Amino acid sequence: MARMNMIQALNSAMDVMLGRDPNVVLLGQDIGFFGGVFRATDGLQRTYGEHRVIDAPIAEGGIVGSAIGMGVNGLRPVVEIQFADYIYPGCDQIISELARLRYRTAGDFFAPLTIRTPCGGGIRGGQTHSQSPEGVFTHVCGLKVIMPSNPYDAKGLLISAIEDDDPVIFFEPKRIYNGPFDGDPDKPAVPWTAHDKGEVPEDYYTLPIGRAEVVVEGAEVTVLCYGTMVHVCKAAARLAEVDAEIIDIRTMVPLDVETLRTSVEKTGRCLIAHEATRFSGFGAELVATVQEECFYSLEGPIERVTGWDTPYPHAFEWEYFPGQKRVAAGLERVMEAG
Amino acid sequence: MPRTPRLHIPHPPARPGDKPDFSYVEISPAGAVPRPDVMTRLRDIERSLAFEMVRVLDENDAAVGPWDPHLDAHDLQVGLQHMVLTRLFDERMQRKQRQGKISFYMKSLGEEAVSVAGAMALDPGDMLFPSYRNQGLQIARGRNPVDMMCQLLSNSKDMCKGRQMPVMYHWARGNIFSISGNVATQFPQAVGWAMAAAIKGEDNIAAAWIGEGSSAEADFHYAMTFASVYLAPVVLNIVNNQWAISTFQGFAGGERRPFSARGPGYGIPGIRVDGNDFLAVVAVTRWASERARRRVGPTLIEHVTHRADAHSTSDDPSRYRSKDEALAWPLGDPVERMKAHMIREGAWSEKQHVELVETLSRLVDDAWEDAISYGTMTEGPWLDKNELFEDVFKDIPPHLIRQREQLREMED
Repeated sequence: MARMNMIQALNSAMDVMLGRDPNVVLLGQDIGFFGGVFRATDGLQRTYGEHRVIDAPIAEGGIVGSAIGMGVNGLRPVVEIQFADYIYPGCDQIISELARLRYRTAGDFFAPLTIRTPCGGGIRGGQTHSQSPEGVFTHVCGLKVIMPSNPYDAKGLLISAIEDDDPVIFFEPKRIYNGPFDGDPDKPAVPWTAHDKGEVPEDYYTLPIGRAEVVVEGAEVTVLCYGTMVHVCKAAARLAEVDAEIIDIRTMVPLDVETLRTSVEKTGRCLIAHEATRFSGFGAELVATVQEECFYSLEGPIERVTGWDTPYPHAFEWEYFPGQKRVAAGLERVMEAG
Repeated sequence: MPRTPRLHIPHPPARPGDKPDFSYVEISPAGAVPRPDVMTRLRDIERSLAFEMVRVLDENDAAVGPWDPHLDAHDLQVGLQHMVLTRLFDERMQRKQRQGKISFYMKSLGEEAVSVAGAMALDPGDMLFPSYRNQGLQIARGRNPVDMMCQLLSNSKDMCKGRQMPVMYHWARGNIFSISGNVATQFPQAVGWAMAAAIKGEDNIAAAWIGEGSSAEADFHYAMTFASVYLAPVVLNIVNNQWAISTFQGFAGGERRPFSARGPGYGIPGIRVDGNDFLAVVAVTRWASERARRRVGPTLIEHVTHRADAHSTSDDPSRYRSKDEALAWPLGDPVERMKAHMIREGAWSEKQHVELVETLSRLVDDAWEDAISYGTMTEGPWLDKNELFEDVFKDIPPHLIRQREQLREMED
């Protein structure tokens, strides 16, 4: 076991897979010689060479399109899109091609891509470096969609994603690359070393895609969240003094309905939190799932706490970010209802 | 204040009612363009290849000049046979669509040489990334027409399991990639396939085809950039058939420069070829594939040809273009030109041609009878409805298992 932050854990996952499988290749902007703008691929080109860790032109559609061709020709590409905000030029190749290639060819062709991309705000990135577009991709059939909330999960899930024969969009909440940010920007940064999920095996291991995790057990209300919001919700439950059961969704597609149902049937109340915009966000799918599965266990309406339906601003970042106070207020509303 | 628009809007030389006018198509004499060694520096060859037109068959049907691929009688006969079969297949399937037997079809009339010659000039292990009008690639690689018809019928033997509209074939064993309705997406995919071959140290190359219209897509630019940056072993083909449904090639930027001339802008040789000259297409494809195989780099080929019929069974070309275009097209018909050349060379006769057409017509008719035995649009055997939920993912996830059950409940 070693102490790792999320970047080191992701780097370790790619290191392990480059070492185990000669068909794994990395492709992305600035990932090779430089090691990535967030350092996730630091040192990997030195170890595995420039034919395995490949710097790419600034063309997300070209990166994804060519990676599909590589996947069809037997490679297992791991693509880095430098910011999730930059993924849109690649969307025709992701949505129309990658997601449906297996289906349209009845299984004769497929491209086992993993697309890693840093998402989320809280880094003063403004509206082009802060987005959480997971809901764009969970709406596309044929893609698996993952967002880890800690180093241990990040490594295990990334290895699973790389080994998976289906395309995976792997969102990395960049605000927690270096520490488990709890939503309070005024507090000093906390490193992963103090967190139990900062302890990461150096070798190969996997975590199953399609399983949520109960992060904190509780009896009064179920909180469904993922990524940075897992840490924010834990702090918010303490602030609101609510005995919340906090569930880290981890993989949005496929969704672990069983874990959600078990929890909501127990608590009878549910709050859903994500950083992404609210309207048609993934939270809406969670609301629908919970009411379909557990309507008769609910003691009150389901509450959503999300980013506002505005672009992510630069100046009012913390007014935009669904921080502890907003989640705590939401918890209070859930507990008062019914 | 009344507006005085100044924006240039391209116009085709002829619309319905006008006399067809192809004077804008610049044509070099057969044999006039030098054939450089594949190792030649781009700057020494870019003008002649991109702005002239490589042609082998002259007005007397003789093969002339440095690009003559010197095919033997057997190869000529095979080439002609594939083109004739492609044409007959198209004609019959168009008729089946008109009879309501299939929902949609797209012919390649007048463009048969582009695909057939292209496939014959490449190795069987080379991966082909077709557009929707490259049925000649399938035919030339020896695909059973029954398999193609089953796809058109979405029947129980459809290789796509009824998931694609007609003509979106694929053939994994024949190394032909799946066709997408989102045009030009295959261009960067072919480059990536070729990059992977080079990463693995393998010798096979990739080839892709798009129409001149879809060269306006960003995917064209992505493909050219990646092919150039990594010197990917790939042959990139633009089939300029003059029309993208109702918009002429000027709407893709063809008014001022040939499409082939885009190659040198990326550091890639562009070759403009007479796409209705079977021998010329073989020759330039061989040249480009040799460049790729010898690791010199990618090549862009513009095939100058003409879409002699509608875009698909869903449009009526008399609404947007002159109806005599096909007759006026200055580069003639690829099948007729090839046939005339072979007769001149003593490799073919009118009698043989009549027999070939008869034989292949029977083959297509028999194939149809065979194909419909696997199901039609109105009669079984049917595809299994449960398979609607398969292949979205490698393994069916719980939510799709549940949706499959919901469909079953509706059926019961």
